[in-house]
Amino acid sequence: MNLHEFQAKELLAQFGVPIPRGRIAASPAEAASVARRLGFAQCVVKAQVNAGDRAANGGIRFASSVDEAGRMAAELIGSPLVTAQTGPAGKLVRWVYVEEAVAFKRELYVAVVVDRTAGALVLVTRDRDAGPDAGMTTRLELSEAGVRGDFEKAAAAFRLEPSLTSLLAKRMSQIAQAAVALDAMLVEISPLVLTHSGEFIALDAKMSADHNALFRHPDLIGLREVSEAEDGDPIALAADLHQINYMRLDGDIGLVVNGAGLALATLDLLHAAGGRPANFMDIRTTASTLDIAYAFELIAANPRVGAVLVNVHGGGMQRCDTIADGIGIAVRRRACPAPIVVRLAGNNAEFAASRFRSYGVPVIETADMWEAANTAVQLATRKAA
Amino acid sequence: MAVLANRDTRVICQGLTGRAATYHVGRMIAYGTRLVAGVTPGRGGQRHLDVPVFDTVAEAAAETGATASLVFVPPANAADAMIEAIDAGIELVVCVTERVPVMDMIRVHQKLAGSRTRLVGPNSQGVLVPGETQLGVMATINARRGPVGIASRSASLTSEVVAQTTAAGLGQSTTIGVGGDPVHGIGLAESVRLFLDDPATEGIILIGEIGGNDEEEAAALIKRLAPDKPIVALVVGRHAPAQQRMGHAGALVAGQAGSAEAKMEALREAGVLIAPRADLVGMTMRQALVG
Repeated sequence: MNLHEFQAKELLAQFGVPIPRGRIAASPAEAASVARRLGFAQCVVKAQVNAGDRAANGGIRFASSVDEAGRMAAELIGSPLVTAQTGPAGKLVRWVYVEEAVAFKRELYVAVVVDRTAGALVLVTRDRDAGPDAGMTTRLELSEAGVRGDFEKAAAAFRLEPSLTSLLAKRMSQIAQAAVALDAMLVEISPLVLTHSGEFIALDAKMSADHNALFRHPDLIGLREVSEAEDGDPIALAADLHQINYMRLDGDIGLVVNGAGLALATLDLLHAAGGRPANFMDIRTTASTLDIAYAFELIAANPRVGAVLVNVHGGGMQRCDTIADGIGIAVRRRACPAPIVVRLAGNNAEFAASRFRSYGVPVIETADMWEAANTAVQLATRKAA
Repeated sequence: MAVLANRDTRVICQGLTGRAATYHVGRMIAYGTRLVAGVTPGRGGQRHLDVPVFDTVAEAAAETGATASLVFVPPANAADAMIEAIDAGIELVVCVTERVPVMDMIRVHQKLAGSRTRLVGPNSQGVLVPGETQLGVMATINARRGPVGIASRSASLTSEVVAQTTAAGLGQSTTIGVGGDPVHGIGLAESVRLFLDDPATEGIILIGEIGGNDEEEAAALIKRLAPDKPIVALVVGRHAPAQQRMGHAGALVAGQAGSAEAKMEALREAGVLIAPRADLVGMTMRQALVG
């Protein structure tokens, strides 16, 4: 779960990391009002989208008057911002963050991130203009008190005067403490700047919290609604509540698959057979028949779908008949106009085939995944012709 | 012979008295798993599924001589359960729990260092030795004893490949679900090592997917050891929808974003046979073993 810059900064500030003064604004008038109330001579108007490389793409602008702040907010809000990290369609800017412009003499990069290979949390530090190879990685260790690491050594690599080195080490430690306390899989400060008065301030912040840890962060659940309203496809978010990982794609073959690995394999097989998927679907082991019915109705209602491919391998926790029942319930509620090709294997495969018959769902049974993919491609192609 | 466990392995289950655990462990006992105790804090002294229940892993291990534990505990307490098993010196810990927080797994990882425990999981379907023992939640109907060791990041594809290798007339020595989480116990590389040392395993199948660094690590190990046993790999996700990228730290730390192509290339270069399609894994292994 990715947080917005302003959310991440407010959280970091609670751990002692200095941030510039600023406020969020949802309209140009609000943006001008923030600049006026906080008495900014110069300020920065920053598009709040969950993506990096904003500055290089006009998402971060400098204003030298209240009116200019309002004008810049008007240019940003309501339009998509395209950066290397948003995809070609860009992301709609709903809010801007208006904060005071901070003069500085040095820019650093400080991140705390999960290193999957090491199974550890690591601190990554470098001069911001240095290439990625110039980064220094410091392994951190979780402790009763939070987190330990050689922050002094990481700070010393920047060759600052001793008092600044100590202060920087303290800031790094605070950033790491925040990451651990908030169950963040990523906290990235780029840049952390050294001001002329000798303080380190987080000018930007990216934070990604662990979905699986939200049960112990009720405060973050509140932020999630704001943050994911932008990122999430509402259909995918609704499917998620039904224990289904669902993503809309632009092809014409609807996919019903259990398990993430089999779902990825099915996408690959479908492409190999010359087809294009209309969606990604992974039915989790916790999905009930009614959850599956909900997900199937999403596919049946998609006018682009020319064929549905059901590829299920019944495992120990999600059996074929549960999925057949879900599809049966969905088709009884609302007929599926596209032909349904099924490949059933594993636990209760034969029972599932009989469930389809008793629900009166016409399905085309196939012997293996490859035959199923090819059959679906042929049917979708015929329908399109 | 098999790896990690066999018919004589004495197994306890942490969280045995829960509803899902009761169902799945009941299946395990029917399959032949030697369940000797359960652990549920506060339920010590009771019996469940015809075995004694203890308050702690240490007591259960001392009383029963158990060397393996299946952790079937909800996500919020799963890490504490794993750490308790590590502290009690359990040799094999298998955690099937899904959605364990990553920070908790980092804590578990720190505990594992220098311990005598091998961890499988979390978010794993477990370990299956066909015809002997099952520690986990996998389907067993298509499993047959045979010469193929399977290590996999995906539960659904393991079921698929087990069925394929059985249909190809081969069967399995052991299947290991290394789990789908970013921070986990043993990976594909360590599984390869185990299978290479196992006389009953004649061929190895690795099932990987995009993300992480497991396949690259396995490839590096295989390249170094240049083993005689044939190794077949399936890596899925070549056509996965693009994931949103956030920031630059991923590019600075190894193992954050391995593409399917890069993984296949690393494995191929190490001498691994890449299954051309997900439905051809069993046949690819058959050709390598039988010709």
